[in-house]
Amino acid sequence: MAISFTLNGTAQSVEVSPDMPLLWVLRDTLNMTGTKFGCGMALCGACTVHINGEATRSCITPISSVAGKKVTTIEGLSADGSHPVQKAWMEEDVPQCGYCQSGQIMSAVALLAKKPNPTDADIDDAMSGNICRCGTYQRIRKAIHRAASMAGKAHSAG
Amino acid sequence: MSPATTLPRRDFLKKSAAGGGALIIGCYLPGKFEALAPPPAEPAALNAWVRIAPDDSVTLVIDKSEMGQGVVTSLAMLLAEELELDWTKVKFEFAPAAPQYFNPLFGAQGTGGSTSVRSSWGPLTKAGAAAREMLIAAAAKQWNVEPSACHAENGAVVHKATSKRLRYGTLAEAAAKLPVPANPTLKDPKNYNYIGKPVKRLDTRAKINGKAGFGIDVRLSKMQHAVVARCPVFGGKVKSFDPTKAKAIRGVKQVLQISSGVAVVADNTWSAMEGRRALQIEWDEGSNATNSSEAIRKLYLENAEKAGAIARKDGDVDSALAGAAKKVEAVYEVPFLAHATMEPMNCAADVRADGCDIYAPTQFQTFNQNTGAKLTGLKPEQVRIHTTYLGGGFGRRAEQDFAREAVEISKAISAPAQVTWSREDDMQHDFYRPATYTKLTGGLDADGWPVAWKCRIVGPSIMSRFFPGSVKNGLDNSSVEGIVESKYAIPNFFCDYVLTEAGVPVGFWRSVGNSQNGYITECFVEELARAGGKDSFAFRRKLLEKAPRHRGVLELAAEKAGWGKPLPAGLTRGIAVVESFGSFVAEVAEVSVDRQSGEVKVRRVVCAVDCGRHVNPDIIAAQMEGGIVYGLTAALKGQITIAQGRVEQGNFNDYDLLRMNEMPKVEVHIVPSNEAPGGCGEPGTPPIAPALCNAILAVTGKPIRRLPIRAEDLA
Repeated sequence: MAISFTLNGTAQSVEVSPDMPLLWVLRDTLNMTGTKFGCGMALCGACTVHINGEATRSCITPISSVAGKKVTTIEGLSADGSHPVQKAWMEEDVPQCGYCQSGQIMSAVALLAKKPNPTDADIDDAMSGNICRCGTYQRIRKAIHRAASMAGKAHSAG
Repeated sequence: MSPATTLPRRDFLKKSAAGGGALIIGCYLPGKFEALAPPPAEPAALNAWVRIAPDDSVTLVIDKSEMGQGVVTSLAMLLAEELELDWTKVKFEFAPAAPQYFNPLFGAQGTGGSTSVRSSWGPLTKAGAAAREMLIAAAAKQWNVEPSACHAENGAVVHKATSKRLRYGTLAEAAAKLPVPANPTLKDPKNYNYIGKPVKRLDTRAKINGKAGFGIDVRLSKMQHAVVARCPVFGGKVKSFDPTKAKAIRGVKQVLQISSGVAVVADNTWSAMEGRRALQIEWDEGSNATNSSEAIRKLYLENAEKAGAIARKDGDVDSALAGAAKKVEAVYEVPFLAHATMEPMNCAADVRADGCDIYAPTQFQTFNQNTGAKLTGLKPEQVRIHTTYLGGGFGRRAEQDFAREAVEISKAISAPAQVTWSREDDMQHDFYRPATYTKLTGGLDADGWPVAWKCRIVGPSIMSRFFPGSVKNGLDNSSVEGIVESKYAIPNFFCDYVLTEAGVPVGFWRSVGNSQNGYITECFVEELARAGGKDSFAFRRKLLEKAPRHRGVLELAAEKAGWGKPLPAGLTRGIAVVESFGSFVAEVAEVSVDRQSGEVKVRRVVCAVDCGRHVNPDIIAAQMEGGIVYGLTAALKGQITIAQGRVEQGNFNDYDLLRMNEMPKVEVHIVPSNEAPGGCGEPGTPPIAPALCNAILAVTGKPIRRLPIRAEDLA
């Protein structure tokens, strides 16, 4: 039976096992490989996407639970890398190998949506589920603060 | 950067201009990447690394693997500098496997040992300068003026007297037909536009929008997804298997035996994993079936009583110890460690009768090519290697296991196949950083200065598997590096090594022998300093008087960290300095230690690095930051243990890595230098564990002689 949901603003329907995790539907059924496989147990955050705006580990999310919901992946964040978090990531040259960064960015975007001016403790709380083996944490922290300040400036200017 | 540069989708076999000929074979990754824009008009190749298209776009061929260390940007900067390129027009591709891309330090195409900038600085600046002179010669010919009256700037050749200007795109075709200058004139470093400056990375954009193509992201038309069930015991084999239940899983297509185990092939990765879960296999576990960490330790203890292969011998250490005013004895132990790259091992292959394509996140293209040739019976040149981005390497991707599996499966099913490892596969079938056991004795004179250093290292050998020819008389240099090169002025020095196979595969792990031996050396030096009543910094400084680059980073780190100045209550600090891969790094760790709870938190790390002439200071800083995190993870958490021949850890719940809330503030200071370039990917790692342990020692008075640091070692 087809399972329907909204993916990056577009209606999507897939015919797969209902218990297939969203991660593999994205990667293998839909060839949207920006969302990464890291652990399969929600331990590393590489697979983070937004479901109805909440940062969610897609590796343990059965596709059946996504029916009727809105899914946003790294590919849907912006058409051209212009999201403030992506811009801040560019300015701090955050990524090294880059493999975890889709998940890091999705977690950071969800954090900023809830806390537009996060403290370091807020960042620790929201980001400690995302592992970076290259050790880019210091730059991620800086980039989140930078994105917050960019968004703040845009807000006060607007 | 255009999306076209996010994956090496264009395989390009082009004899270098120096080698003559102009064979160009275009090949496009089918599937997902077909939809991308076609390449621009045919570019002209000026040499193996530089192609310039009529639209002025420049494609630089990167012959090292990008695993996060910034090599795409660093190598592009070397070329762009001498070529006087407009950085905004620079694109890149990863090189195919071909002899002109051999790393001269390996005699093969490969990335490792922090060699990329060291091995490429000469050839790439020369290639860039030669291409520049060819473009200038082409313009001069067109204008009918002397080449010496022209110069290159910002992607164009300029005739100074007339201000005439020709863009590279209009000159490239003619330039490519000119002879390659044998000794082009290199730029005076004072005129550098890029080298030495914090130029932005070329790969960042692709890594923030999900478009960077890692190996695991390769999608070929008709490609099947596979996972492999491997014997949980190292060296074990399949005795028998029943595929019935696996084949009943939706999406599973085939179940077949390959050399490493049983492969489950499906139309998606998850079905393959579910199929593997349902698979019934009986293993012949072989001779390692009863192996355990305890058994390995017992073997190490026995072997520590035997004489080993002598790695260094200065003076007469036994007499010096006999006459010493004070002796210090210690045993240091470190565990096996997994690499845990964020991208688990994987590889895609397409084996056909007339050729084989391997799409790999790999550190060693030449070896992959040989692996493909051996398994298929094809000639090496019929095996084409498409290097993707690597989601971390750290030495793990120097191995051949993942490529071998992909080739075997594709060959068996006569279709393109991608093998993907789960996290548990990756952690339990690694080539681990060797666990070692090291006995040390130091002797001090009456004034507290060392007169003797004696050590014996016991542990498995990486090289006896990887490069057997390099192990002579039982001495594997990678097992003793980090101790034997010690520059501390100690007149009597002895180090031997007892090669002890442990039944656990071992391999290159970021900084290799230095990862454990840097820790052991710098912690034991600290023990000697304390025994002699000396300050950690002053002791090292005095003993390194004749080692100016060690001393330079030591002094810089101490100065920037405020060594000797009081710290806020509850904080302590430790220092360490290690030379590795041609670079010198000192680190000071500021640490809070709670002896009751056993909690250790690193608050700040001040790092000073001397890596000689350098390309990009921001990438160096990033590598030091990352190297420190890698080393801290090992010091605080990392441990692979063996029970019943199996690795006991499987995922990040029992092999956790440093996380955001544990990240210290890291400051990196680079020593200005005109020395030959040193490596940067690895040298940041070795000093952090000893700097941390020495900070703990300063509070507890007890050395940390085993890793990872345990709560009971703080009490």
